[in-house]
Amino acid sequence: MTSLDTSLPRARNATAPVAPEAVPLRQRLKAQGYDGITLLALPAAGFLVLLFVYPFLYGLFLSFKPKAGGLLANYARFFSDPFLYETIGKTLWLAVPVTLLNAVLAVPVALRVRDIRYQRVLTTILVVPITLGTVLVAQGLLNYLGPQGWFNRVLMTAGIISSPVKLIHNYWGVFLSLLITGFPFAFLLTLSYVSGIDRNLERSAATLGAGGWERFRRILLPLILPGLAITFCLSFVQAFAVFPSAVLLGSPAGPTRVISIAAYQAAFEEYDYAMASAIAMVMGAVQLLVVGLVLGARGFLYRGSTAGGKG
Amino acid sequence: MIKDTSLTARLWSAAVWAFIVFFVVNLFAMIGSVVTSSFATRWLGTWLPAGWTTRWYGSAWAEFQLGEVLTVTFQAVFLVVLFSGLLGVPAAYALARRDFKGKRLLMLLFLLPLLIPPITFGIPLATVLYQTGFAGSLAGVVLANLVPTVPFVVLVMVPFIEQIDPKIEAAAQVFGANTSRLFLHVLLPLLLPGILAALLLVLVRTIAIFELTFLVAGPTSQTLVVALYYAVFAAGVRAVQSIDAMAVIYMVTTLIWLVIALRFVNPTQLVGRPREQAAH
Repeated sequence: MTSLDTSLPRARNATAPVAPEAVPLRQRLKAQGYDGITLLALPAAGFLVLLFVYPFLYGLFLSFKPKAGGLLANYARFFSDPFLYETIGKTLWLAVPVTLLNAVLAVPVALRVRDIRYQRVLTTILVVPITLGTVLVAQGLLNYLGPQGWFNRVLMTAGIISSPVKLIHNYWGVFLSLLITGFPFAFLLTLSYVSGIDRNLERSAATLGAGGWERFRRILLPLILPGLAITFCLSFVQAFAVFPSAVLLGSPAGPTRVISIAAYQAAFEEYDYAMASAIAMVMGAVQLLVVGLVLGARGFLYRGSTAGGKG
Repeated sequence: MIKDTSLTARLWSAAVWAFIVFFVVNLFAMIGSVVTSSFATRWLGTWLPAGWTTRWYGSAWAEFQLGEVLTVTFQAVFLVVLFSGLLGVPAAYALARRDFKGKRLLMLLFLLPLLIPPITFGIPLATVLYQTGFAGSLAGVVLANLVPTVPFVVLVMVPFIEQIDPKIEAAAQVFGANTSRLFLHVLLPLLLPGILAALLLVLVRTIAIFELTFLVAGPTSQTLVVALYYAVFAAGVRAVQSIDAMAVIYMVTTLIWLVIALRFVNPTQLVGRPREQAAH
């Protein structure tokens, strides 16, 4: 990176002290790291400014220009209409428990799986639901969890229940769909964190007489927690934005009327783009708040090397 | 692995395995029930269908115009892969090789579209695309899908390029290679494995990405996953077996590419590793 950065001294060689303005612009830029190669980042950056930053700012601007009323009318309407503001609570009530469950389940599974021989087979199987996506999982679960589906049949044959449990078109349908796509996601992220922890740390602890639970609590957990916080955030934003399964597997007019549904209906059923943008902004703010809280708490955790050795 | 033979350790291990097996069995049973249903003549209130048939595939193909839908899907995916490579790889090269003012800000710009879920930025994006007239067309679908895929390519490629020794490029220049020869004979062969992996990941993700396409697609620019959503949404209009046949066609399309991709990449790469991973 530094091999070509000799431009400044060479420019000053000619005559002794030169005012900085005398150095050509091109070389001054180069000294700051801007040259032909840096320009290669421009098309991608420009594209994102045009199609990500601009729409976002435009949406923010639009949300303050409601169809009727003053500057804050859209937000006022959102927070005064229970049909709208209740979507925040409903979405959190789905997203937080399922994300916690996914993250908590991912840790023991990742720890158990990290050194088995056929790890690749299991990770391949678990990447399938993520690849298939939420729409297919919704259709699959409609078949599988339905009153005549295999899941209820097995439970009834085993004598655990006497009549089919209602698992679709309600809260649990959406919950289970978030579990089936969210758990593999959390697991794969956790696995990559866990694989980075030096085994010698645990071996030393074991040599010093720490049992399994103590090794986990005192050695592994402090090392995993920062990664787990990131996993939680990434899983949470996905669960919070749940859309297709909330419509197809849930009861989109009742307990699973999540915030994405409210935003979608405002945009494409009422054609009120200003209101839809306002809801999207509220959605972004809630996500940011939760992620900020988790990352803030993460600041108190140990964040150092996961490698063993002297130090 | 530390050998722990105490009873609690064994019980715990067994419990973890039981959960893994339970999860995988349910996953396969869910997929299996879709496949079974797609071949069923009639399936009501029994373990297995009354009879087997393949006619639902023909009727799904005709009812949902899957010929056109698949053409659109492949066109969109091909264009998304092409352009995310063309935009993402040079940007990744610049970020890997140069340190400049504002680099952190640029990294943040590339990180945000991956952290913010598509439906949040998709609604303002769709608004802009509708106003500029791109929405409802193939171009709109491609543009919307590029928003998360370009940063994805950048973030996958930066660590890959960083581990290639810049001295190789310097040596080629010393021996008199000009920019185009340096690119063709030195950089491209070195970067190709990384580019291939990144673009395969983009391909697999783009076939399955639903929200962005759903928000901007018109009737003639639906991809397979959006068509599947509308079919499930309007369940009751068509036979459930027909929808399941379409779901199987969708699964096969996605999984073929997943199998190909997994020959070159690790499954964990599909979920996109957080940047911090590289810092350790």
